[in-house]
Amino acid sequence: MDKGDEGYGNWEELVGAALLGTERRGGGGPTGSPEALLDAAAVHAVRRRAGLLPAEAGPRPEPAPRDPRPAPPEAARRRLAQLLAGRSGAAASGGRRGAAPDLTELLPQWLAAARRHGYRSPASLLPALLDAARARTDLRPHALALAGVRGLWLARLNPDWRFALRGGATGAGELPDVTDAAGVERLWEEGLFAERVALLGAVRAHEAAAAPRLLTTTWTTERAEDRLMFLDSLRVGLSDGDEPFLEAALGDRSRNVRATAAELLSALPRSALAGRMAERALACVGPEGVTPPAECDAGMLRDGVVKRPPAGRGERAWWLGQLVEAAPLSCWRERFGGLGPAEIVALPIAGGEGWTEELHAAWCRAAVRQRDAEWSRALLGPASAPPAAGPGTASLAERAKLLSILPDAERAAWVAEFIRAHGLSEAFQLLGVCVVPWAGALGRAVVDALDIAREAGSYPWSFSGVMGLAERCLDPAEAGRLEALTAAAEDPRDAVPGAAAYWAEAFQRLVATLRLREAMLAELAVAA
Amino acid sequence: MTEQGVRWTAEQVLALAPDDASRKAGSRLGGTGPWSQIGGSASGSVWGLCKGSGRTPYRTVVDLTGPAYKCSCPSRKFPCKHALGLLLLWSAEGVGEPGEAPDWAAQWLADRAAKAARPAAGAAGPVDAEAARKRAERRASRIGAGVTELEQRLADVLRGGLAGQEQAGYAAWEETAARMVDAQAPGLAGRVRELGTIPSCGPGWPARMLEEAALLHLLDRAWLGVAGLPEQLAATVRSRVGLPASGEGEAVRDRWLVLAQYDSASPDGRLTTRRIWLRGLAGGRPALVLDFGPPGRPPGLALPVGLVLEAEIRFRPGSAGLRADLGERFAAAMPCTEVPAGVSTGAALEAYGAALRDDPWLESWPVVLGPVVPIPGELGWQLADAEGTSALPVPLTGTGSRSRGGLWQLAALSGGGPVTVFGECGHRGFTPLTAWQPGSPEPVALG
Repeated sequence: MDKGDEGYGNWEELVGAALLGTERRGGGGPTGSPEALLDAAAVHAVRRRAGLLPAEAGPRPEPAPRDPRPAPPEAARRRLAQLLAGRSGAAASGGRRGAAPDLTELLPQWLAAARRHGYRSPASLLPALLDAARARTDLRPHALALAGVRGLWLARLNPDWRFALRGGATGAGELPDVTDAAGVERLWEEGLFAERVALLGAVRAHEAAAAPRLLTTTWTTERAEDRLMFLDSLRVGLSDGDEPFLEAALGDRSRNVRATAAELLSALPRSALAGRMAERALACVGPEGVTPPAECDAGMLRDGVVKRPPAGRGERAWWLGQLVEAAPLSCWRERFGGLGPAEIVALPIAGGEGWTEELHAAWCRAAVRQRDAEWSRALLGPASAPPAAGPGTASLAERAKLLSILPDAERAAWVAEFIRAHGLSEAFQLLGVCVVPWAGALGRAVVDALDIAREAGSYPWSFSGVMGLAERCLDPAEAGRLEALTAAAEDPRDAVPGAAAYWAEAFQRLVATLRLREAMLAELAVAA
Repeated sequence: MTEQGVRWTAEQVLALAPDDASRKAGSRLGGTGPWSQIGGSASGSVWGLCKGSGRTPYRTVVDLTGPAYKCSCPSRKFPCKHALGLLLLWSAEGVGEPGEAPDWAAQWLADRAAKAARPAAGAAGPVDAEAARKRAERRASRIGAGVTELEQRLADVLRGGLAGQEQAGYAAWEETAARMVDAQAPGLAGRVRELGTIPSCGPGWPARMLEEAALLHLLDRAWLGVAGLPEQLAATVRSRVGLPASGEGEAVRDRWLVLAQYDSASPDGRLTTRRIWLRGLAGGRPALVLDFGPPGRPPGLALPVGLVLEAEIRFRPGSAGLRADLGERFAAAMPCTEVPAGVSTGAALEAYGAALRDDPWLESWPVVLGPVVPIPGELGWQLADAEGTSALPVPLTGTGSRSRGGLWQLAALSGGGPVTVFGECGHRGFTPLTAWQPGSPEPVALG
């Protein structure tokens, strides 16, 4: 560096002088003036900028593992970019939605379909994809599967995306091989909670009995909330092999853990707990009538029966419900002289109307818990029966749960029949448990019902829930059939003013969305 | 292959949208559903009828050379959602063999062609040279007075010491900036405002403040002696102070690659500035085209990243020869088919340093960097040469920094490996604007 700026040999001196002020620097002289200081600093600034050299590079990130999966075809990639860009605030306009499709709702379908095709996410869209998955937990499994190893690589660099590392859904390359005992043990001892849940799942998938063994090693030292979550993770793929572990958990110091263990055991009809519950339930219920338990004894408490009823319920009825709910459904055939579920459900219960309702509700919960299709069917009864007169329960939420136990096709047929008999106003929850895209008969039942609602002259937004579902779930192949309904017609007699035009618009949107879904799926199906 | 057959990507089409709402609305019209009578010509235009809510469909035409748009819809957005939808449709599926435009489209296209053929009309109206000279003199003397006042202010601050600036607050600088606006020196006003924000901007601020104050002082001094400066430098000084560039500079015809386009809002949010970076594919010359949008409206000019336009560009005098205006265009814009060659981090800084000779106030210089590896870091990001240990820091705050989202996109594209990146390289570091994945000529505009 040459000595052009006499008096100010280096930059630090200049900054020091500037901080202090030339006034206080004393000395005076030609270099003591503010102008001279600025002159020197200007020369220095330009010289520094002109002579800049690169910095030393910091440690580089490990290269991301290669993702061998193909990228989606060009058109599909663009579609994903659009769907991700359109995900914020699309529904902000409220109320009336116009005739254009709602892109937000199509993102989950795109992700699911792309996953089925085995694509990886385009790299440039990974940040938007991870952001979307952060905002919407329902998107996470598919989004993370698509993001793959590069998504995980990226998430490790950005704390905002930590959730991706906790997932466990993506697994690949993250978990040790389940046969690697040392690796499994190390992760189990040291891993993050979610990693451990994922590990437990992997170990269990490999060998059912290994999971309880793993759990037992650390069980007493786990926090209560973690114990609860571990138990909860056993729900999927529950088997008789889990019984000893669950039975031991009945003595847990946490009430929630005890209750969950009891619930899981009761879903195993061959378990000892189920047997004990059967014994208690059979003592209370039979063809001769219902005698609820007189007390909630220590054994019942240990088996997870909750003693205090919620406000407004009698305690004996409350206990009875819990016993019946936890007893294996198979125990009733003999008790009722060999009758099948449908006949048992149809029996008038001696000893008062109140018990029928209580008993049926408990059987419904048992059917769902034990995933018993025959009982579910019996409790649902014929779809055409008036909703309030069903054998099991009038609650739509319960019915939806019962439906979810039935095979796909039967479920769709039942709901289609229900809609044909009772219209759409109560069908929303039931439709929610049907497989997408809707089976032909179900789709036609919905469209017919919408058409009937239109002719009845009400506003379409009374059906906006079902309309929205239809946009997402109707088979795109139905678009052609719907086309006829999109024409704006005269308002029918008795209709509210303008309804016809709104209906036309709603059907236009439905058709547009179906076409979009069709295009979207076709784009993904193009051979890359 | 016809020119109309070389399609843009959807990103390039959507980059034309004036706002998010039209981007979304345009996307929805990007399928065949609402369209009929779609067609295109070999010379680079596309048209179609779009079914709207009314009885008559809208007539939409796009001239891809502009791009310029015409639509019979009542929207005042530009381009409207129909034009965007039409372009998306064209980009995705094409519009078939080139054909004859229908009357309604042909008329407009012919008018445009005729207008383009007419030589640009000279300066409008007779100019009163004497009056203009007097006006210029008056303005120069007002600026001179402003510059003198500013020098006084800088000297006062240095006399009292920068240490007091943290307490002194921003108001005094705002007032000085207002005086510079009064003196008709908006360039000085902008620098003064920047100077006022430095004392609150973190560790090391005194050095930064001294640097900026010194460069402002340098500009003041240069203005006072502008008559004695070489013409190019004098032009730089005039434009830095805030005078409109006088006359027109050199015209260069080339195939210009659009390297980046981004908007920034003025501090008060009233004015949107759009910066478009171009590079001549044959001559290698960089060019910066600016366009401005008044409150509530986006700038009118939109050139999607990755397109190449054959055009004449007129460079304004001064400012290191970067500022340019788009002149006549000769063909429809087409996507570039290769990744531009990149330089090392050292060469990037050298290019910036060399440009400072022509314009010492230059903040940054446009550079294609590559192959480089992005290194994310909690304290700061770097772009490191793929070979070697040199790196450029990426500014995360202050003027010129972009959103972190764009950086994460860059990291995702690289996956820890080398990429080619276009950006602005300056004394604060390198701001990435566009990136290319290995093996793909398609640029990704970093959001």
